[in-house]
Amino acid sequence: MKYRHLLFSNLSRKKIRTTLTVGSFAVALFLFGLLAVVRGAFNQGLEVAGADRLVIVNKVSLIQPLPIAYNDRLLRIPGVKQVTHANWFGGVYQDERNFFPQFAIDTETYREMFPEFAMPEEQWKAFVADREGAVVGEDLVKRFHWKIGDRVPLKGTIFPGTWEFNIRAIYHGTRQADDTTQFWFHYKLLEERQNQYWKGLVGWYTVRIDDPDHAVRIAKAIDESFANSPWETKTDTEKAFAASFVKQAGNIQLLLLSIGGVVFFTLLLVTGNTMAIAVRDRVRELAILKAVGYSDNFVLGLVLGEALLLAMVGGGLGILLAKLFTLGGDPTRGLLPFFYLPTSAVVAGIVLALAVGAVGGILPAVSAMRLRVVDALRRV
Amino acid sequence: MVRVDGRGGGNSLVRVRGLDKKYQRGSEEIHVLQGLNLDVDAGDFVAFMGPSGSGKTTLLNLLGGLDLPSAGSITVAGDEITHMSAGKLTAWRARHVGFIFQMYNLIPVLTAFQNVELPLLLTKLSKAERSQHVETALQVVGLADRMHHFPRQLSGGQEQRVGIARAIVADPTFLLCDEPTGDLDRKSADEIMDLLGRLVREHGKTVLLVTHDPVAAERASVVLHLNKGVLEEARKVEAS
Ligand SMILES: Nc1ncnc2c1ncn2[C@@H]1O[C@H](COP(=O)(O)OP(=O)(O)OP(=O)(O)O)[C@@H](O)[C@H]1O
Ligand SMILES: [Mg+2]
Repeated sequence: MKYRHLLFSNLSRKKIRTTLTVGSFAVALFLFGLLAVVRGAFNQGLEVAGADRLVIVNKVSLIQPLPIAYNDRLLRIPGVKQVTHANWFGGVYQDERNFFPQFAIDTETYREMFPEFAMPEEQWKAFVADREGAVVGEDLVKRFHWKIGDRVPLKGTIFPGTWEFNIRAIYHGTRQADDTTQFWFHYKLLEERQNQYWKGLVGWYTVRIDDPDHAVRIAKAIDESFANSPWETKTDTEKAFAASFVKQAGNIQLLLLSIGGVVFFTLLLVTGNTMAIAVRDRVRELAILKAVGYSDNFVLGLVLGEALLLAMVGGGLGILLAKLFTLGGDPTRGLLPFFYLPTSAVVAGIVLALAVGAVGGILPAVSAMRLRVVDALRRV
Repeated sequence: MVRVDGRGGGNSLVRVRGLDKKYQRGSEEIHVLQGLNLDVDAGDFVAFMGPSGSGKTTLLNLLGGLDLPSAGSITVAGDEITHMSAGKLTAWRARHVGFIFQMYNLIPVLTAFQNVELPLLLTKLSKAERSQHVETALQVVGLADRMHHFPRQLSGGQEQRVGIARAIVADPTFLLCDEPTGDLDRKSADEIMDLLGRLVREHGKTVLLVTHDPVAAERASVVLHLNKGVLEEARKVEAS
């Protein structure tokens, strides 16, 4: 493009102004990137939810338990193929800020239910063989510099005392969005060592059904079969279950949208203002271009191109910084296990920046296009 | 041959007939050009003089296709420009007109070379050909050694010479100069006028010049006065 330097040379014209505008784009897009990450973190559960899995919790509340005896009864309900269960342990590793989820799992069924968490066969076997064994996600391993064979103490909160585990297996997610910050250990150990109240109780069940299309019907059948018992159930698809978590986090979506909206509206004003000044400062030059034979449309394109260039450079910079920031991992130490900026968000951010550049630049560009040479040159 | 009586032959390079230009300022109508006639042949060097506000810039803008007249016609090299669409007129300007302004009007973020190259970017010339034309033009104005300087690194006279190089680089049909020496000291002004004279004599250019400076006007082959909206011949120098 032989006109390239006409466009680029303008960036060096008012360096402070260029820097400030590029900076505005960078800050806005950095923020956009972070908001996208937070939103993704909240929706991560939705993304990885298995379509053929139902979650069964106590109808009263998520933290109320269910009897272990439901395991066999669930298996007898038509459409249910597999059952597993888990308990929330809620232990503390060294410091309360080191949050990560710990589940007491049924070693016979859990792994089959969640094949997305992959690990070497012999590690799994070593875990099953060790009563105090634990399976940990690779993110945890990175965070705490653990390795196979390490002995990890957790201070119980719901279940009192200090519990010690041997790391026997490390799992990784088979998909980008899989949560690899979990810590699993034997339900049998929990059974053995817990106090009277928790005997024979589990936190929740997960069942696999034969056909995702029957999910609603089967969920209803499950809840009906336990109706009018002391432990009534509430059954949902994994997706609906994850969605209810997102809802619990407040209307985060709306909050993110409003913040983003305000930021981009401001950015629009900044761009419009910058380009309006750029055109006003350059009235004579634009007129000269036209006198020399450049068309009105060329001048329109030149001004618009400059706005897009600012948006591209600033926006690209901001989103790049956001990406680098996420590579550092979750800064909340476990609250947002899925801390990742997907390519789709990067693309969306760039497109958004360009759109802001175009909309902010269009009015100044049109006024440059309409500029009459004779009037412009007469102005001193 | 330059004529102002409207009786020039059909083969003049520039042919103006009954040119009228009125401006509206509030309720007041300013009748700047009133049925002006002009014939200019290729290779002529014409100076326009006249008091401030007499319409010299207005005339030049009309001749250069920057503005449209209220009435009358302008024909340049057989093309009647007074009826062209805005888009066609822009293309016509690129091809036929070289403008030289009092304020030089260079683009400050471009080098002398890049400023001169501007009109050529609109042509189909290759990069190498463009370079060659730009270098030639800068040589003609004596600035080959200042090619990569920015306007702020040049003196006023040098800036104006870059402006002239830009005007001639695409080899236009004629040059329109609106007070090209108005901002310059005597010495620089003389140099510029020498340069314009050389362009006419040695390169066969056609130059139409507006000036307030009688010394500058001396260089032209014909001096015309703009008076009450029409041109009058003040002096005629036969080609010697
Ligand atoms: N766009 C316009 N609107 C209204 N009046 C105008 C406009 N342009 C020029 N005029 C008027 O037309 C008249 C001629 O102006 P012009 O600039 O052509 O004069 P000039 O001979 O070039 O003067 P100077 O020697 O000062 O440059 C002036 O009275 C000017 O005020
Ligand atoms: Mg004037």
